[in-house]
Amino acid sequence: MNKLTTAEEAVKKVRDGDVLLVGGFLKGGSPETIIKALLETSSAKNLTVVSNDTGTTETNMIKVMQQGRVVKVLATYIGGNPVTGQMLIDDPESVILYPQGTLAEKIRCGGAGIAGFYTPVGVGTVVEKGKEKRVFEGREYLLETGLRGNVAFIKATIADKAGNCYMRGTSKNFNAIMARAADYVIAEARKIVEVGELDPELVTLPGIFVDALVQSEDVL
Amino acid sequence: MDVKSLIAKRVAMELKDGDVVNLGIGLPTLVSNFLPEGVNITLQGENGMLGLGPVKAPGDEDYEVTNAGGFPIESLPGSCYFDSATSFAIIRGGHVDVTVLGALQVDAKGNIASWMVPGKKVPGMGGAMDLVVGAKKVIVAMEHTVKGEPKILEECTYPLTAVGVVKQIITEMGVMDITGEGIVLREIAAGCTVESVQSATGAKLIIPKNLKVMQVD
Repeated sequence: MNKLTTAEEAVKKVRDGDVLLVGGFLKGGSPETIIKALLETSSAKNLTVVSNDTGTTETNMIKVMQQGRVVKVLATYIGGNPVTGQMLIDDPESVILYPQGTLAEKIRCGGAGIAGFYTPVGVGTVVEKGKEKRVFEGREYLLETGLRGNVAFIKATIADKAGNCYMRGTSKNFNAIMARAADYVIAEARKIVEVGELDPELVTLPGIFVDALVQSEDVL
Repeated sequence: MDVKSLIAKRVAMELKDGDVVNLGIGLPTLVSNFLPEGVNITLQGENGMLGLGPVKAPGDEDYEVTNAGGFPIESLPGSCYFDSATSFAIIRGGHVDVTVLGALQVDAKGNIASWMVPGKKVPGMGGAMDLVVGAKKVIVAMEHTVKGEPKILEECTYPLTAVGVVKQIITEMGVMDITGEGIVLREIAAGCTVESVQSATGAKLIIPKNLKVMQVD
């Protein structure tokens, strides 16, 4: 099965109302080529974006948001994207902030068939609002549920044409976990090699999680 | 020595050889510049790294190896990388020995408020809530007051980052431990008096008999 396609073709899978899982940590490992295709060639709207930080003023997500196509954000830190900051001021329900480890674990669970988990993080803070609290061995925990998306955008350093991805350094961040928690996964890779050319020992993300592979404009 | 370096230097004296340490952005980052001789620590970055080295010189644009502030950094020998879920398994699972971070407010119960000022723009908590709950020891490193107003209080008034997690506060005025009885002033900076520290503090300080002078040499 040939997963290699163009970013323009791949983002046609994004529908109105979709939940998008977008990898990256600020500029690090951000799938800019795919986000740019969403910006320039897709008209999908009423989107929910799940992202560590929704990028910075230098990355493309802020431009998609300026088009008014993102109605909800789930994130942990939004200090780099003033449009997300303004969304939160205009409508506090439109931006849900999670502790970073809680967001990461929600996505990990979503991809691993786990419905939810109890975490001590957020107890006694605004994060606990509306959540079940339970005591285990004398300590309080909050119930957090698994999270999945319709489409994930992720970035790899090297991928083979079967979708096996090597993510170098800290670019693994949310990329490696989001790919496991979406119905359709678009990966951009800085370098694409033939099947068999990527050392199996170096695979960060097994190729079965990837549906579409595109060449990143950030060429290695 | 400027105030921030002084605080960072005193914090560095709390770290032990072999500690896994997460340093917050700003003043806490300076701590790694002042490690005593013979103390080697491993820095953890919540974006997925153990073994952080210094920030790279401008012009080096490798965004595949960054710190949690998003800046490209060197990796030290023995460093390793992992995804965000593993990073927070390390943090939440109690595998970080010390986290050093700044705060807007800290109180006598060890509560910390560090992520939002009501009515101002909210940047989000990032990994701070996970770090203060998961790390074995939480040290708050900050200037003692802000615009002359105390930041160390009987009770925080800003939204909390976590409840009852802070063990120690280090400022330019002294070193304070948070105990079941309240805040104990362990060390006082040269040039300060107990009265001057107390008047800059919004919580009643407990003064032990063996109060020491804060040494930062």
